[in-house]
Amino acid sequence: MGESFQITEQFSGEQFRCKPGQSVLKAMEQKGLKCVPVGCRCGGCGFCKVTVLGGDYECGKMSRVHASPEAINQGEVLACRVYPLTDLIIECQPQSIVGLDSEHTTTKAIR
Amino acid sequence: MKKGVMRPGHVQIRVLDMDEAVKHYKDLLGLIEMDRDDQGRVYLKGWTEVDKFSVVLREADEPGMDFMGFKCLSEEIVDQLRGELAEFGCEIEDMPEGELKDCGRRVRFIAPTGHAFEIYATKKQTGKWGVGNRNPEAWPRGLEGMAATRFDHCLLYGPNLDETLNLFRDVLGFDLAEQVIAPDGKRVAQFLTISTKAHDIAFIYHEEPAKFHHASFFLETWQDVLKAADLLSMTDTSIDIGPTRHGLTHGQTIYFFDPSGNRNEVFTGGDYHYPDHEPVTWDAEELGKAIFYHDRVLNERFLTVLT
Repeated sequence: MGESFQITEQFSGEQFRCKPGQSVLKAMEQKGLKCVPVGCRCGGCGFCKVTVLGGDYECGKMSRVHASPEAINQGEVLACRVYPLTDLIIECQPQSIVGLDSEHTTTKAIR
Repeated sequence: MKKGVMRPGHVQIRVLDMDEAVKHYKDLLGLIEMDRDDQGRVYLKGWTEVDKFSVVLREADEPGMDFMGFKCLSEEIVDQLRGELAEFGCEIEDMPEGELKDCGRRVRFIAPTGHAFEIYATKKQTGKWGVGNRNPEAWPRGLEGMAATRFDHCLLYGPNLDETLNLFRDVLGFDLAEQVIAPDGKRVAQFLTISTKAHDIAFIYHEEPAKFHHASFFLETWQDVLKAADLLSMTDTSIDIGPTRHGLTHGQTIYFFDPSGNRNEVFTGGDYHYPDHEPVTWDAEELGKAIFYHDRVLNERFLTVLT
């Protein structure tokens, strides 16, 4: 076991440890916490969207509908695909779960 | 098969990472990789399926379903139905032979739920994988993971269920096998069959069009469903719910997610339907039991997580 990082979810005040290489969402689930909603856990559905307010991290692949390049630049990412490199402060607003009109797109790219 | 539409023939699924997706569908579900094309799409099938492929994976930056195709008895039927689909008012696109490898021309149409569907009659037949047609053995050796036998159906979310039922029933010859009715009389879920299966395609009402709930694959036994659950834990794959039984169709089931967040189901058993059967109706007040027969409570994730 190497070091682990402290994750703080600002809205609820919940804190939990996350191992290197582990996603923030998985670490939260293992602690039995519910401060971030859990959906597909695979970057596809957008349920676990959070804003990272502080700290360094890497991201796995995420659906562009739920995490556009612009959103990623603002720290708006999916917790299931966030791998911390330092302690992180994140925020998950209850109303930001899913279904915002701005997120709706119709995929035309059918082949 | 009143109008000559035979069965679900294929589904094209968008994935975020092709290598991860192939590992999931091939090594975990146990589908057979049959081919790849110059667009980078990967073609797979369950071992009992006689046509060359039933699942097509396409790498994209957003997961979900591109389209689902139904195989028809003949090219004449495809022509006939093309006319009827146009008359119904569907937006139609003709996909040329070979656009999907070893598949004939397809007629694509958009259903009132916003989903793209296709009908076609010609696809290369390679036979069941690993067993012949003459004095065949029970199953082939060398199957991986869950050893899913076939692509069975999809459940899709979208609006305009009444119009979609009219299209599938009146134009394409499907029957309404099961439904969920809200207290105000509105149908909020419809399970349609083109065979004697409890469902070949299912729809649940949702405001946003063209959403994908799951693609489902058939297993032979309840023990196979439990073994699938074991494999999901062994591979640390995201499980949605199960193993359990549905009230709707009474299938025995487990749901999980592919590495891009598309939901998959493997299931066994379930009810059957003939054209003279009345639809089975579940009241929306009993939706918990209708969906999860043992838990008898709704799981928000199952109802709202979509790609």
